[in-house]
Amino acid sequence: MTAPANFESLLIIVPAWNEEGAIASVVREIHQHLPGTPVLVIDDYSSDGTIAAARAAGARVLPLPHHLGLGGCVQAGYKLAWELGYNYVIRVDGDGQHDPADIPRVYECLRTTGCEMVIGSRFVTENGSRTGAVRSLGIRFFRMVLRPILGKPVHDPTSGFVGVNRRALDVFRGSFPLDYPEIEALVVLQRRRFRFEEVPCRMRPRTTGRSSITAFKSLYYVVHVLLGVFVNVLKYDSRFHRAPRGKGNGD
Amino acid sequence: MDRLLNVTTVLSVILLIVVLVSVRRAHIRPEYSVSWLVAAVAMLILSRAHPLLEAVRDLTGLPDSPLTLFLPAGGLFVIMFFRYSVILSHLRDDNIALAQRVAILEYHLQNLKNHENQEA
Repeated sequence: MTAPANFESLLIIVPAWNEEGAIASVVREIHQHLPGTPVLVIDDYSSDGTIAAARAAGARVLPLPHHLGLGGCVQAGYKLAWELGYNYVIRVDGDGQHDPADIPRVYECLRTTGCEMVIGSRFVTENGSRTGAVRSLGIRFFRMVLRPILGKPVHDPTSGFVGVNRRALDVFRGSFPLDYPEIEALVVLQRRRFRFEEVPCRMRPRTTGRSSITAFKSLYYVVHVLLGVFVNVLKYDSRFHRAPRGKGNGD
Repeated sequence: MDRLLNVTTVLSVILLIVVLVSVRRAHIRPEYSVSWLVAAVAMLILSRAHPLLEAVRDLTGLPDSPLTLFLPAGGLFVIMFFRYSVILSHLRDDNIALAQRVAILEYHLQNLKNHENQEA
């Protein structure tokens, strides 16, 4: 795949919580594939050496003062990206499962299609990515739930490999799902009649640490996200349009 | 029946004292103690004033006095829990927004310091 000549106004954000073992290689790989593109690691109050490892690898670090969870962590990155004037933000997970070689593809799609969100999807084409049986079942279930809500099929609604443009940043800095943001974020965008695309990406096995998702958490995830989806569908608009304090409508 | 009302009286008094002491020691902010105090006083009055309890029972058509005492109290507690859930949700939203703001301000501050150091 041919990379664009430059990655104008692009920020890569990497939410990380206790990813000391993987974060440095993630940052180095991103720099290797996108030289000169700033990488912002948002540290969700790690108790290990994530911050030091990220800084040593050449990333900028946004350390949160206490643990906020994935949604709060990602939203902090979106808020900072908005303030710094970036037009495109691509999120890559800090555990090394997303391949930075796919970032140029996501960026190109964001730029050329003008859609608000691009999802790096494991299932658009068969690319050898493997998921567990329970997770696979969950993904199928949410595809089915989201199809009528979004008005088009989404192959990989739980993917955390996501690129957004400035219009989506403007929405997400004011309203972003906090606990399990991927699926609900799609519904948030749909309410604004924003568009999303999926591009094929590869998911690698985790190299360090272990997933925090257990069988019980998977069930909780399904119930929580399902509730979140329907709450977002029914959400009262004035709360939705609430601008961040002291910023007017944000421009 | 009388024993139940006496137990309710004792529980109401304990609740009243605990809430008042907590407010005095600033463990609960006064605005959040009001609903607890109202619930405790209402249970205390109903458990001591038998004619009032009977009147409420006749008015509501409930089959017996204990139910007349505990159904409104239960309803009140449900409303209170809902109110506190709303308050907690707002507090959580505000807390997250504040934490993000602090982190972003510290980031800008650190950048300014680095910039100054480079210039110096």
